[in-house]
Amino acid sequence: MARIKAMLKTTAVRLSLLYLLLFVVSATALLFYISAQSERAIRGQTERAIEREVRAINNTYRRSGVNGLVRQIERRSRQPGSNLYIIASPNGEIFAGNVAEIQPGIFDQNGDIKVPFKYKRFGDFDAEYTALAHVMELPNGFKLLVGRDLAEPDRFNNLIERALMSALAIMGLGALAIWFFVGRSALKRIDRMSAASEKIMAGDLSQRLPVMGSGDEFDRMSTSLNTMLGRIEQLNEGLRQVSDNIAHDLKTPLTRLRNRAESTLASKATAKDYRAALEDMISESDQLIRIFSALLMISRVEAGSAAAKLSDLDLSAVALDAAELYEPVAEDADVKLITEIDKDITISGNRELIGQTLSNLMDNAIKYSSLEEKTRKDANIWVKLKAENDEIVLSVADNGPGIPKDKYDEVTKRFVRLDKSRNKPGTGLGLSLVDAVMRMHRGELELSATDDQQEDLPGLTVSLKFPVKT
Amino acid sequence: MKILIIEDDLETAAYLTKAFREAGLNVDHASDGDSGYFLATENTYDVMVVDRMLPKRDGLSIISSLRDQGNETPVLILSALGQVDDRVTGLRAGGDDYLTKPYAFSELLARVEILGRRKGTRDTETVYRVGDLELDRLSHEVRRGGQVINLQPREYSLLEYLMNNAGQVVTRTMLLENVWDYHFDPQTNVIDVHISRLRSKIEKGFEGSLLHTIRGAGYILKASEN
Repeated sequence: MARIKAMLKTTAVRLSLLYLLLFVVSATALLFYISAQSERAIRGQTERAIEREVRAINNTYRRSGVNGLVRQIERRSRQPGSNLYIIASPNGEIFAGNVAEIQPGIFDQNGDIKVPFKYKRFGDFDAEYTALAHVMELPNGFKLLVGRDLAEPDRFNNLIERALMSALAIMGLGALAIWFFVGRSALKRIDRMSAASEKIMAGDLSQRLPVMGSGDEFDRMSTSLNTMLGRIEQLNEGLRQVSDNIAHDLKTPLTRLRNRAESTLASKATAKDYRAALEDMISESDQLIRIFSALLMISRVEAGSAAAKLSDLDLSAVALDAAELYEPVAEDADVKLITEIDKDITISGNRELIGQTLSNLMDNAIKYSSLEEKTRKDANIWVKLKAENDEIVLSVADNGPGIPKDKYDEVTKRFVRLDKSRNKPGTGLGLSLVDAVMRMHRGELELSATDDQQEDLPGLTVSLKFPVKT
Repeated sequence: MKILIIEDDLETAAYLTKAFREAGLNVDHASDGDSGYFLATENTYDVMVVDRMLPKRDGLSIISSLRDQGNETPVLILSALGQVDDRVTGLRAGGDDYLTKPYAFSELLARVEILGRRKGTRDTETVYRVGDLELDRLSHEVRRGGQVINLQPREYSLLEYLMNNAGQVVTRTMLLENVWDYHFDPQTNVIDVHISRLRSKIEKGFEGSLLHTIRGAGYILKASEN
């Protein structure tokens, strides 16, 4: 019962009900029209038959008078058929003919009787028949009625009506059946979809909506919802990973912070010791704040809320500024900073974010090409900007130890640091931010080795590919 | 210097009030937008520190109303939102500086002090002097003891900013914002490196140090006392 109720609520069922109603109304109108038309045609035929009879009888009357007429009537009356013949006296009494009794008042009229009247036949007094007739007055005051029984045409009419009715009934039943099955199958698919959604809502994000492969509306909807679910699952997975990482990455500095405070309190510390401990704790908290800000920044960039802040940007100037900012840092670290920056390259971008991106990359490049090999003399980093055919490539390269090729994907994930001991400064968020910034600029982040020939120090080139401004 | 803090978090407000008082500032505190606006219109302050999200009336609306009335008291906006356009809307509403939570108190103090001194701004001076160091803003020439010092354009801007705020602590973030126009934390000691380059140019071969590092806070440019 509940199912039927639910079915009645479906759009398919409502539409079919509406169509059914329209169909019934127009079919009924058609039924009336057709039967009225056929009745009229048959009436006309009957009337014409009567007319012919009247003409023939009139001729006989003109040729051989009343006697001839009576004879002919009697002869005709004996013939089987559906014709009625009556000769009646001026007061309406039946004088001759093949009718036993007739609806009174018929002989008061003259000419065509267009309204069917009732009569009874000889030997069949219980049944009433209907007929149409023509009445005329003979010169001697007698009346002659020539008529035609309507049983035959009525039967024909009934036949047509019945045929139409049953056709309608069959069509109606068919419509009901189709509606039922279509509605039910639509309902079933929706049921399956809502069952899947319920599982998803219960937390099973790996569930997908069923796709039948027919390519219909349901399939298209399921497919796009599935794509959406895939994206949600991916984001959720990212989120879960991030929160695991946050828990881990923040626990370490927080523990250190706490231990430092506790051990200082427990020891017989001098004012100087306290001061040192507090300063340590401040720098430890600064690192925590840095991690938080980086996370916040990434999520903001990813949420795309800064997307509106893209404007025409002189990328050459941004690259030069960043290089200039880091040049002394590189020099202090004994790293040579080489710039190959083409002039006047503009993109649609955000100076602040790209500046931060470059800052992250140069920071990494200097850190990894200098720290690893204190003794080397030829540590270089390159900052290049070039407009190629259909893209603008800004790259930061170093000739440090690089990273294994199979880790390229991994390093852009949040908190992933290939250096498991995590003893180099950094949040592990730098490349994630770069990745997010590039996605916001509809660009790409690409990692490659700077020089494959160098086995020990292949280096790392990070290329930022921006779409050409349109 | 007398400042007004409009901040609804009482613990933060108590901490700030105490810390500012210890730094020798005179502090009033309001804990919601309405009373903050009332105090700001009743009294005269050198600087106001306004939280962006406040009960009853938000920080930006207080600032715009004050500005509409011709009140030009410097305002530092404190915000938990740290987006670039947040900063822009904050400054557009009439704020003079913008600081995102969490911040170091030394950062806040340095900024408040600079805002407070801005009244007697040196922007109109054409030559800045600190001790025997001179910076000519028209010819872009820097001299110490009459001897010309050659600076790169960025070093010049850095020195100009430091001299404009001579005697004040300036933080690394302030330098990054005002000299490089970047609003992010570059994570490493970029600013320190630039400062030490500048320092060697203006101090090497001269008597007395001018550019001092304040641990945990930033730098200060001032003539040695002796």
